[in-house]
Amino acid sequence: MGFREALQSGKFLITAEIGPPKGTAIDELLEDAELIKGKVDAINVTDLQSSVMRLGSVAVCHLLKDKGIDPILQMTCRDRNRLALQSDLLSAWVLGIRNVLSLTGDHPALGDHPQAMPVFDLDSVSLLNVIRKLNEGVDMAGSQLKGATDFFPGAVVNPGADTEAAFEMQIIKMEKKIEAGARFFQTQGIYDLNLFEKFIKRVEGFKTPILGGIILLKSAGMARFMNKNVAGVFVPDPLIKEMEDTKDKVKTSISIAARLIKGMKDLCQGVHIMAIGWEKKIPMVLEDAGL
Amino acid sequence: MIIAEIKPFEEIKDMLKNYKRILVLGCGTCMAICLSGGKKQVELLALALRTARRTEGGEVTIGEKTIGRQCEPKFVDQIKDEASQYEVILSMGCGAGVQELAERLNSIPVLPAMNTLFIGAASEEGNFLEMCRACGDCILWRTGGICPVARCAKSLIYGPCGGSQNGRCEVSKDTPCVWQQIYARLTKLNQIHLLMGISQPKAWHIHPQRLAREDLKLNKETKGG
Repeated sequence: MGFREALQSGKFLITAEIGPPKGTAIDELLEDAELIKGKVDAINVTDLQSSVMRLGSVAVCHLLKDKGIDPILQMTCRDRNRLALQSDLLSAWVLGIRNVLSLTGDHPALGDHPQAMPVFDLDSVSLLNVIRKLNEGVDMAGSQLKGATDFFPGAVVNPGADTEAAFEMQIIKMEKKIEAGARFFQTQGIYDLNLFEKFIKRVEGFKTPILGGIILLKSAGMARFMNKNVAGVFVPDPLIKEMEDTKDKVKTSISIAARLIKGMKDLCQGVHIMAIGWEKKIPMVLEDAGL
Repeated sequence: MIIAEIKPFEEIKDMLKNYKRILVLGCGTCMAICLSGGKKQVELLALALRTARRTEGGEVTIGEKTIGRQCEPKFVDQIKDEASQYEVILSMGCGAGVQELAERLNSIPVLPAMNTLFIGAASEEGNFLEMCRACGDCILWRTGGICPVARCAKSLIYGPCGGSQNGRCEVSKDTPCVWQQIYARLTKLNQIHLLMGISQPKAWHIHPQRLAREDLKLNKETKGG
């Protein structure tokens, strides 16, 4: 069962995320993917995450597909204009990729080639519109395609936007994404289930499945770093203390993630696990969460 | 106005190293108003260049002049004779000024003393802010008079990315998230509805852009009789 079918079946969804390496050594990535295959409904492959130059998402998605894993192609608008975005979508389709996650993308200034020209010809909303058009058999200019796509498009939302204006704008943009064709959402990492519940109540009427984001905590230091530097991520003090006091960081990290997942089961339609290098620990998290 | 800043002095000195008769030419409009290349800055730059050349033991004649606008032919034509007495013109105008001078004084090299930065305004004393990208497709009517094309690092026109923290842009903590400013302004104006719906993506214009004004051409013909 592919991701689209899993979502339509109404089961509690599990997706994970892997980041391609900087270079051509993909053995470890494929090993990680093999380990979580069968335990997740799909694997997201990031697109030059944090604006750092790496192996591309389309190629890695294709390799996952060959292994019998349903990939979700993350596509950002940072590096390609509308010609390249559409062409890469067609390429992805002929390589067997069926799910696309539309993102605006981080600014190049945050990455390892800060002088690169930021493209942003389109953004996450207009890219979803383009995917819908390709699915209908026409390109952005209205020209007929010789062979259409049938992508399952998704988008992201940041429930932890930290000011009233930022939060309200997230909701407005979420509505636009749905209007433009988003069929599911994956969220930024969640650590506060009360806040997440408020968000879920607010967007209940949108009737679009949401997969709550889970970022595995590796240390108290990482939690503090994210609180300071990662937009929309807020790790509450008791969780930081738990990581600080523990003798077994891995075990505590897994237990925190599992608790969050259990809490999300009644709130949303699935979880999206971002292990950031700890992909091998995903099966233990799922087991602990009873999934 | 157009905002520019003077190039590093070493770079200017290097551009001028083979010239002995130099006219430092200021621009009395944008460059004077943004206090970068008006009469006062011409005086200071000419003085610095003379001092540097003297220290290095070289001869030099440096003239100083500021015209109303370097980008306007009638002002440039007024200094043609004076300019012809120099080997080189060091323009303290914006990129358009340098090019207009180079075009009309075409037997004398024209060098830029400035780096032209953006179209903007002074946000407070000594701080200038980019406000317009001259994109040719103004959407200020639906963004509360605040431009996300110029003032969002990603030029997003459908709403913010998810990267802001405490109302600040992911690219720089010194920059407010313009979409939060737009949200606040539209709330105040009771026009939040303008943020809803999806418009067409921007049509980027082909450079160089041109503007043909038939009314002005007709006007000239009529006057010319």
